[in-house]
Amino acid sequence: MDFKLNDEQLMIQEMARKFAKSELEPYAAEWDEEAKFPRDAVMKMGELGMMGILMPKELGGAGLDMLSYALILEEISAGCASTGVTMSVQNSLFLGPILKYGTEEQKKKYIPDWAKGKKIGAFALSEADAGSDAANQRTTAVLDGDHYILNGSKNFITSGSVADGFIVFAMTDINKGHRGISAFIVENTFDGFQVGSIEKKLGIRGSPTTEIVLDGCKVPKENLMIGEGAGFKVAMGTLDSGRVGIATQALGIAKAAFEVAAQYANVRIAFGKPIGAFQGIQWKIADMATQIDAARMLVHRAAWLKDQGKPFSREGAMAKLFASEVSMNVTKEAIQVLGGYGYCKSHPVERFYRDAKITEIYEGTSEVQRIVIARDVMKQFS
Amino acid sequence: MNIIVTIKQVPDTNNITIDPETGTLNREGVPAIINPEDKNALEAALTLKEKHGAKVIVLSMGPPQAEKALREALAMGADEAILLSDRAFAGADTWATAYTLSCAVKKIKDYSLIIGGRQAIDGDTAQTGPQLSECLKIPQITYVQDVKVEGDTVLAKSVFGNVRRMVQAKMPALLTVTKEMNEPRYSTIRGIATAYREKKITVWNSKDVDAKPMRIGLPGSPTQVRKTFSPKHEREGKVFAGAPGQLANDLLGVLVDNNYV
Ligand SMILES: Cc1cc2nc3c(=O)[nH]c(=O)nc-3n(C[C@H](O)[C@H](O)[C@H](O)COP(=O)(O)OP(=O)(O)OC[C@H]3O[C@@H](n4cnc5c(N)ncnc54)[C@H](O)[C@@H]3O)c2cc1C
Repeated sequence: MDFKLNDEQLMIQEMARKFAKSELEPYAAEWDEEAKFPRDAVMKMGELGMMGILMPKELGGAGLDMLSYALILEEISAGCASTGVTMSVQNSLFLGPILKYGTEEQKKKYIPDWAKGKKIGAFALSEADAGSDAANQRTTAVLDGDHYILNGSKNFITSGSVADGFIVFAMTDINKGHRGISAFIVENTFDGFQVGSIEKKLGIRGSPTTEIVLDGCKVPKENLMIGEGAGFKVAMGTLDSGRVGIATQALGIAKAAFEVAAQYANVRIAFGKPIGAFQGIQWKIADMATQIDAARMLVHRAAWLKDQGKPFSREGAMAKLFASEVSMNVTKEAIQVLGGYGYCKSHPVERFYRDAKITEIYEGTSEVQRIVIARDVMKQFS
Repeated sequence: MNIIVTIKQVPDTNNITIDPETGTLNREGVPAIINPEDKNALEAALTLKEKHGAKVIVLSMGPPQAEKALREALAMGADEAILLSDRAFAGADTWATAYTLSCAVKKIKDYSLIIGGRQAIDGDTAQTGPQLSECLKIPQITYVQDVKVEGDTVLAKSVFGNVRRMVQAKMPALLTVTKEMNEPRYSTIRGIATAYREKKITVWNSKDVDAKPMRIGLPGSPTQVRKTFSPKHEREGKVFAGAPGQLANDLLGVLVDNNYV
């Protein structure tokens, strides 16, 4: 048992922190305010290897592991949560399934440019009537010669308006339920592909969330992943890793809020003392610090299990459930520590609070995580 | 072409305090970093490498912990790293350091340029670079902000105070660069992994570089520190008076004289 990071991991963490502090943090408020996608910063992250951390070197990736990925994503999310989810979707939800389930041709075609961050990737599973109940897909895919023709629309797609490539799920057999779902790699240049409306959101406003309309979208049949009917397996396998990413994003937001609050508690004077001298504030600081550490340990355990090639579905769900709820609580308490200043945009904690909420919703709501965990636990005791 | 970059690991003085009683640095918990202007030197070498093709060798004298600084340099893109480490090197002043580095450079033998930072933030002497060039009997160009290599010559823009000079030298030559020269790159993630997993750090002791015992470490150091203290800041601000146009002129004069603009 060893809780220590090695020198390589420490240097990676330090590099990511420095990058986030100088290239993201100073602009995050502006990106939030203007709902601006930080394309330049994302490109720079691509050059540094952050957009394809787990991809093999030969395919333009950094060739690293999940734990290194978590170390970097925590720092990036602390600097800008919107950039954090862009990075997470690119790494876990777009490149992840291509590496795990793609054919050699698909890997050669779709990994290098995305791993280097020259292109952006997205994951289109959700629909208007298929959120938690992801199997309830309405989008269809019909084989016509060399192409599948996709019809339907996808909802709430992160990076939808900026992505060049998408993993899209559609029913190749509407009579087979989740066994009728197939996964496709779709480029935004394919005929019949359209970006629909862009959502106006509470938080992560620098990450565009859009509708995707597939109106007779022509997808070459070699862009089918694995085979017809394997889509649900691709989706669930992908989300297992994705959840560790969102847990890390939640952790990064919590850490950023905590650091602001702890520093503030030392300098804000009330009744002639720094407010950190009052036990009421100390207890908040102690709880925040403890919760953040516990969340980080769950995140690192899930990442470590994945790196060991061991099952981590339950542990990933636990990490996401716990870290997202910690993030919500810590950002709320951080506002409380800053009082009125915390509520106003002159300080970043109100943004952290707005950003944190989404981590309890996407890639499986907290309720869905509890379902995943309980199912696994109950199985063990049956 | 081989380019040697000399780097020093220093305490991050942005995070350091001085004990007012003893005048010594409170080093506890202060992170050790690559001396900032040495990073500019490395960036300059890496830029030349990209342009002309070169092998970049980083060279540092220091305790075993200085390995971290060398790893970081490798992560940024240096090809090889050499650490001069020996108890006998301890207590070296700039002269003994320059001599020791020169022994290592002679052992490396094949090189066109040596690039170092202008000065280290812990000592601020700006001596080691020039002294190293003296030990090696090669030309030096200091306070460099821009550099070009053409054939066997190096052309550098050297800025000191408000004097700017273009200086040309035959290689091998030594340059010291200032922070205005460039913006050091971030290490890539792949670069960091490669630095730890694939690249090696060569460690040389005093025998390996054939250094004379009386010229290294404390015995080889003519400078002795008698006392360190924090200067009291008693300087007062300057008040200008006069018409707006004159004021602007006076102020600009001061800024130019101090090389702020
Ligand atoms: C900003 C943002 C970005 C997103 N990015 C993407 C993306 O890139 N790709 C993508 O495919 N999707 C994306 N989504 C969609 C997201 O994954 C879904 O919103 C999420 O899965 C929840 O689905 P829903 O919104 O339909 O809520 P519903 O499923 O309608 O849930 C409503 C409520 O009911 C609860 N509930 C549902 N079923 C149960 C149950 N069985 N037991 C107990 N409670 C239950 C839920 O937990 C929730 O509280 C994104 C969403 C947002 C807001």
